[in-house]
Amino acid sequence: MKVLIPVKRVIDFNVKARVKGDQSGVDLANVKMSMNPFCEIAVEEAVRLQEKGVVSETVAVSIGPIQAQDTLRTAMAIGADRGLLIQTDADPQPLAVAKLLAAVVAEEKPDVVIMGKQAIDGDNNAAGQMLAALLDWPQATFASRIEISGKTAKVTREVDGGLQTLEVTLPAVITVDLRLNEPRYASLPNIMKAKKKPLDIKQAADLGVDMAPRLKVVKVTEPPKREGGVKVADAAELAAKFKAAGVL
Amino acid sequence: MAVLIIADHGDGHLREATGKTLTAAAKIGGDVDILVAGKDVEGPAAEAAKLSGVRKVLTAKSDALGQGIAEAYQALVVPLMANYDALLVPATAQGKNIAPRIAARLDVAQVSDVVAVISADTFTHPIYAGNALETVQSSDPKKVLTVRASAFADAVTGGSAKIESIDAGAGAAGTKFVSDEMVKSDRPELAGAKIVVSGGRALGSAEEFHAVIEPLADKLGAAVGASRAAVDAGYAPNDYQVGQTGKVVAPDLYLAIGISGAIQHLAGMKDSKVIAAINKDPDAPIFAIADYGLVADYKTAVPELMTALNALK
Ligand SMILES: Cc1cc2nc3c(=O)[nH]c(=O)nc-3n(C[C@H](O)[C@H](O)[C@H](O)COP(=O)(O)OP(=O)(O)OC[C@H]3O[C@@H](n4cnc5c(N)ncnc54)[C@H](O)[C@@H]3O)c2cc1C
Ligand SMILES: Nc1ncnc2c1ncn2[C@@H]1O[C@H](COP(=O)(O)O)[C@@H](O)[C@H]1O
Repeated sequence: MKVLIPVKRVIDFNVKARVKGDQSGVDLANVKMSMNPFCEIAVEEAVRLQEKGVVSETVAVSIGPIQAQDTLRTAMAIGADRGLLIQTDADPQPLAVAKLLAAVVAEEKPDVVIMGKQAIDGDNNAAGQMLAALLDWPQATFASRIEISGKTAKVTREVDGGLQTLEVTLPAVITVDLRLNEPRYASLPNIMKAKKKPLDIKQAADLGVDMAPRLKVVKVTEPPKREGGVKVADAAELAAKFKAAGVL
Repeated sequence: MAVLIIADHGDGHLREATGKTLTAAAKIGGDVDILVAGKDVEGPAAEAAKLSGVRKVLTAKSDALGQGIAEAYQALVVPLMANYDALLVPATAQGKNIAPRIAARLDVAQVSDVVAVISADTFTHPIYAGNALETVQSSDPKKVLTVRASAFADAVTGGSAKIESIDAGAGAAGTKFVSDEMVKSDRPELAGAKIVVSGGRALGSAEEFHAVIEPLADKLGAAVGASRAAVDAGYAPNDYQVGQTGKVVAPDLYLAIGISGAIQHLAGMKDSKVIAAINKDPDAPIFAIADYGLVADYKTAVPELMTALNALK
């Protein structure tokens, strides 16, 4: 059983994004970049499945600039067997990401794709569902529990109102949510080991995929600022404020 | 121009998000139809037909649709889209599950979490945990949007659209429903509530969360929310998580108790009308956006607030 794990290099979740003065986008110069946290959860899950003997091979793939090699090394330090960079300086939108990943799937022939539910830069929550659609595979999104046996995966999903469990026939796309697992810290020896694992680089442009952006960015602006900071003395004053604001 | 909305409904009723999505659709213009798909469609369809500005209501009935299986929605909606220029779906977990799948089969982009419709092809949506608002213009022949309901006004009633039942389409061969584990609650739904009381890591246990947050919510007639830390620790169900990667709410009053105010949490509640916070750390980031901050231990502050609220009534 082979797992493909798409991982994205994004702004670190601890950093507050700043809008550029010319409204052309978000300023990423000199900003700390990391693996998208949901992708980290996906890698951890694939590695745990491999440690349990359910999975025999784990391949991490990232679409992005040359620096995304670091993200792949992080995936390999957690335990992925090898890395594949689909290099491009364009920042492909989810549909193009899905098409590129579909091309990678055609080549790698994984039994399951495990990926993040959402990249915390664009917050689109779309690429996994789109990939499943293009491949005509079943999908199980927002997973908080994954059990794979034989040709099926039993996936518990975080849905509106609670949890739902589905059984999907493999091959399938699974996107992961926060409660699936807690990713390990990569140990120093594993970080060293990851440096020696194979990392292939392909040019996105060579995959024969239509990557043209369908959405043109008109502008990126700052949201309206909230003026907070008023303190009340005690609970009675807080209750009085609620009443005065007419919210009760 | 014709727009299709996939309704959000449950327990035999239309949810508010559907009407708010209709308000967004009206800004695009043209004829608007609402699709009510699921197992129990008659009640919500009758309610949808009463919304003003709806041309017709389509109903499609099957178990797979009722279970929210994305492949079943793909089979139903992709052919329907031959008759429409835009598909709008409330950005609920279910909407997020199905809309991108339909968009990809139509070979068009999706604009996620739309908060403003600028024109029929230009939309604004938050990115980077709401720290930036991106306005995009779509060059696709058809538009697929998920709509952040809390950013749009309620729909008006007074319509009398005709209801038409359509074939539910194929099921989903590769996907089998196993079970559901739904949270039962008599409180208002988090997404549409006028008041939300949320608890964070400070609560320390599920018992404490029940004992402190829920009675206060009931006193205020509020829905209950939680931070990710509280959900991860098992104090509250996953469905309660407010934030960048949970639910986005914009009630008249949001009261955060023992929540620090990480950017991921703020992303889900900073558009509330009034924000109040109780936190024992005077430097907690939540205070920077709270209209009313009370620096106190919740253990004493919440009982005092209950007493003060009783006295007001
Ligand atoms: C990919 C990703 C997605 C995320 N998505 C979300 C999301 O959707 N929603 C979300 O909420 N978070 C999300 N987070 C997590 C977020 O970064 C924070 O970790 C989380 O919001 C913290 O929860 P908290 O405020 O309850 O806990 P803490 O940050 O630990 O804050 C607890 C607060 O309680 C106060 N306190 C302690 N004891 C008392 C007391 N007795 N009385 C009063 N106050 C007290 C403390 O002063 C502190 O401010 C996400 C993180 C990542 C990486
Ligand atoms: N550039 C990328 N490279 C690799 N994987 C990606 C990329 N963009 C998105 N993904 C995957 O798709 C998931 C959802 O992303 P999104 O739809 O952009 O929110 C992410 O968690 C990744 O697993």
